[in-house]
Amino acid sequence: MKKAIILISLTILGVYLIDIFTGIGFGTAHFASGVKDAYLIGSKETLKVSNVVTSIVVNFRGFDTLGEVTVLFLASMALGGILYKKRHDVGERSVLFPSTRIVMSGAKLLFPSIVLLGAYVFIHGHLSPGGGFQGGTIIATGFLLMLITYRNYSVSHQRLSYIESSAGIIFIGIGLAGYFINGSFLSNVLPAGKLNDLFSGGVIGIIYVAVGFKVAAELTGIIYTVLHEKD
Amino acid sequence: MEKYLEILNYTIYGAAILLLLIGLYGALTKKSLIKIVLGLSIMDSGVHLLMIAIGYLKNGTAPIFSPGHENEMSKMVDPVPQALVLTAIVIGFGVTAVALALVIRLYKHHNTLRIDEIKNLKW
Repeated sequence: MKKAIILISLTILGVYLIDIFTGIGFGTAHFASGVKDAYLIGSKETLKVSNVVTSIVVNFRGFDTLGEVTVLFLASMALGGILYKKRHDVGERSVLFPSTRIVMSGAKLLFPSIVLLGAYVFIHGHLSPGGGFQGGTIIATGFLLMLITYRNYSVSHQRLSYIESSAGIIFIGIGLAGYFINGSFLSNVLPAGKLNDLFSGGVIGIIYVAVGFKVAAELTGIIYTVLHEKD
Repeated sequence: MEKYLEILNYTIYGAAILLLLIGLYGALTKKSLIKIVLGLSIMDSGVHLLMIAIGYLKNGTAPIFSPGHENEMSKMVDPVPQALVLTAIVIGFGVTAVALALVIRLYKHHNTLRIDEIKNLKW
């Protein structure tokens, strides 16, 4: 009975959604005269950023990204609070099976290059696909590899929180600099430079490096907290 | 033949809506808490796919002015849904992480993952 009600309401929802989206149409230029061109022209002419998604996320909607970073910070803090333990209760990590020598050497070999790839992705966020969130996630996967390979590999929570808070302070500081120099929060205070140059786009590069550090520290903290969850 | 191609145009919408409905069904009917969180996560991917598909342009390129292609603005896909989905993915990750942490706490407290064995949590 319950399942029948759910199935009927889901069918109605599905038919309704299909009706809406066939009305919109797929792959047609229905947004050609909309907000898309304003973003593309603004990104190319005034900001000189070649990756338009980055310029939207960090510059045109920079305040939104500040909120997003805050939500991620809140999530990691809530996780720490929910899975709270006294400091001396933090025991051994739960390991299903010990890793072999091949895995250990391979992880040691791969770890620096994973971190380097992450740094590359967030430094070049305004030139190529990628950015702070993606690069930070790549760095966190490197730490995940090390944490599940070595039983006694540990990450200092204090250092992580220092990195995280200083990256957040840099983000807000750049925003406040924009407020005091140009009169609006997070406006571009540095020269825009040339299109497709590494030092282009003004503050976008700096903000995305800060976001990359912040996301990497937060995700590593989340992974560390969950891996130590054992009774 | 023409008609089949007409339907093929909408397969990506169909797949996205199907993912959304599967996730919602799982979240509504499953008894295990982990499966409910998984259902929410699948629903998230459906919504992301749907939003990305709205901005697609036929034979379009990525919205990046790479060297030598600076003047192909009319061929680029819409960058706005992509930026929105970038935000949505991060928020979805945060929601999943907190939900799984709550599931761990509930399991410790009640020693069960089945939602109908926990008092007052069954509908």
